[in-house]
Amino acid sequence: MLDKVVSVSFGELALKGLNRSYFENKLVKHVRRVVRDFGEPKVYKEQGKLYIEAEEFNIDEIVNTVKKVFGIVLVSPCYRIEKDLDEITKYSIEAVKEAMSKRDIKTFKVQCKRADKQFPMNSMEVARKLGHEILKEVDGLSVDVHKPDLYVYVDIRTNAYIFTEKISAYGGLPVGTNGKGLLLLSGGIDSPVAGFMMAKRGLQISAVHYHSYPFTSERAEEKVKKLAEILSVYCGSFRFYSVNLLDIQKAINENCPEKEMTLLSRRFMMKIAEKIAVKEEIDALITGESMGQVASQTIKSLNVTNSAVDVPIFRPLIGMDKTEITDIATEIETFETSILPYEDCCTVFLPKHPVTRPKLEDIERSESVLDVDKLVNEAIEKMEVITIHP
Amino acid sequence: MEVYLDNSATTKPRKEVIDEINYMLKNAYGNPSSLHRMGFEAEKRITDSRKTISNCLGCREEEVYFTASGTESNNIAIQGIVNRFKKRGNHLITTKIEHSSVINIFKHYESKGFKVTYVDVDDRGIVDLKQLEENITDETILVAVMLVNNEIGTIQPIRDIKTIINKKNKDTKLHIDGVQALGKIPVNVKKFAFDTFAFSGHKIHGPKGIAGLYIKKGLNLSPIIYGGNQESGIRSGTENVPGIVGLGKAVEIDMENFQKEKSYIANLKKYFLDRVRDEVEDIKVNSIVDEDKCAPHILNISFLNIRGEVLLHYLEEKGIFVSTGSACSSNNKSKTKSRVLDAIGLSDNEVEGAIRFSFSYNNTKEEIDYTVKCLKNSVDEIRKITMR
Repeated sequence: MLDKVVSVSFGELALKGLNRSYFENKLVKHVRRVVRDFGEPKVYKEQGKLYIEAEEFNIDEIVNTVKKVFGIVLVSPCYRIEKDLDEITKYSIEAVKEAMSKRDIKTFKVQCKRADKQFPMNSMEVARKLGHEILKEVDGLSVDVHKPDLYVYVDIRTNAYIFTEKISAYGGLPVGTNGKGLLLLSGGIDSPVAGFMMAKRGLQISAVHYHSYPFTSERAEEKVKKLAEILSVYCGSFRFYSVNLLDIQKAINENCPEKEMTLLSRRFMMKIAEKIAVKEEIDALITGESMGQVASQTIKSLNVTNSAVDVPIFRPLIGMDKTEITDIATEIETFETSILPYEDCCTVFLPKHPVTRPKLEDIERSESVLDVDKLVNEAIEKMEVITIHP
Repeated sequence: MEVYLDNSATTKPRKEVIDEINYMLKNAYGNPSSLHRMGFEAEKRITDSRKTISNCLGCREEEVYFTASGTESNNIAIQGIVNRFKKRGNHLITTKIEHSSVINIFKHYESKGFKVTYVDVDDRGIVDLKQLEENITDETILVAVMLVNNEIGTIQPIRDIKTIINKKNKDTKLHIDGVQALGKIPVNVKKFAFDTFAFSGHKIHGPKGIAGLYIKKGLNLSPIIYGGNQESGIRSGTENVPGIVGLGKAVEIDMENFQKEKSYIANLKKYFLDRVRDEVEDIKVNSIVDEDKCAPHILNISFLNIRGEVLLHYLEEKGIFVSTGSACSSNNKSKTKSRVLDAIGLSDNEVEGAIRFSFSYNNTKEEIDYTVKCLKNSVDEIRKITMR
């Protein structure tokens, strides 16, 4: 009896000692969630690996979906068969032929692992026997034990599994195993990448977005929700807080120096985010800021922004170049959406000459003429909350 | 207060129309193709509706075909004419201010190797007749023109257009997109010898998902979709019986009230315009004020130094619903800029700030006063923020 399955190997999880089962269970939950759309296929554990039952016609799509789950290191499409040497031989040959139909292969090596020590032959014997049979059945192949074009992996467990591909996944830790983070999500290239990177380290993400409706359009808002949806493919469903900053921007515009507009707005964004974080028991804020990229991201500006709140702010992109960030954005498929040309809330009130070396005292003095708490509370009262689904 | 001033986008169905549709859905749900009496009843209701509409258009019953949308009607007419007459010539003419359901068909044929002329309009949106005349040749098989423009309301001089076509090439067919015209200005398809004429239900207080097409007898167009040969084979697919009956009802009431409602709307529009001119500075009126040259229900105004979309949302906040001339985006103006407003020569600033108000018999003077007040306040506030 032949079945197609996808095998999943965990990485770093193995190091987590007694917590292992907690991490593993989280991971299984995430895998079940992402494959649900394929007709809720059976997902099961077998001697330290996770297996998903698949069909010939959807196995590639399942592989592509599953490899986006953080905490997974390798994914392989496999044949699952009974632990019978004739069957194993037959499908090893089959697997070699299938691989050869896809790419040019001259040399191969059989690598066998035997978790089931009851199996009558040991790993070396199985490998030797299969190598021999493959050579006999398939023309134009030779064995190379050092650098073969093709590895034929045979795992003998409760069942026997044969596979020829080990596809790298993102690694990291299962989402939610390291607490929660609130991502400040704009419509740009950087913030989705920052969210991706922190989710990869096991943070469960929520996102807050600031807009200046109706000076920013509904399309701009839709674009950000679209970005959130792409992110949720990796980090699962999450809360999305949408905050209208217009009244705050109007107040700043009327009462404070024009050149401080952006920085003062940033401080308000942080304060609002902190308030949401405290209420929702979120442990940190996440931004896509990168050192020196724009006026509000010089070290002095970042310090001024930082000092608006007490909660830690993670900036995973701080030391990265734009090209590095763009590469990740392209990889995680947020780039195309990020570059759609809709205005964001900063552009409406963009100062002509923003400060780049602000002094905290100056900014605080400007801010002191505003009723900060009232403005923050009003913005939060009017905020919309939705749940983003992949 | 809720003020709906987007009647060119769609209209509120009349109560009588809704009642008819309800009745049909509840009681007369038979398939007109069925041989039993349920089918016959449905078929009879379709025939009645067709009769009403043919009376309104001034044509024969068998020249009226039901479709699912104005877009579909335009497609059946234009594609049908091109397919039928392409052996005779490969030149097509339309104007620069057509609806996308016309212009995109012409673009398609252009990409397939047809020669297409897009005739200019003047600063009021009236077709350049001299240019039209110069461009019609022996090769020209079709001229397609919109009778009433959807964004600015301009009525095309259809008699002059037909005269020119007739003088230059008698075989050239004339398709009229009448979606914004029916129910708003007098229409008679025989008077100016249209070959095809498209109209739609939801623009005349009828239901959505139902529209119609007049095809002159003997034109023998081939369909663009195939199936059970309903609507004499022109539009296969089980008839939208409730929609057809609703459309018939909408046309019937419209004919009864035509003079009364149209002069009411025209007066309301004039009152609104006078008040806006008094109250709001820096505007440009893009619609023709002369009643003979502009449909009574459409008024397009540019509010300078304002993004129309922002103003639209300010008004929406106050319960007033209007349209913009363009879907705006800060980095890519040309892509989403209104073709029509561009064609009548507006500057970027004027296009950006354009708002279309479109009226119906449901609007009242109180609504207009409220709208003018909100308009003035919104424009002032937006200008204060953006013109720093």
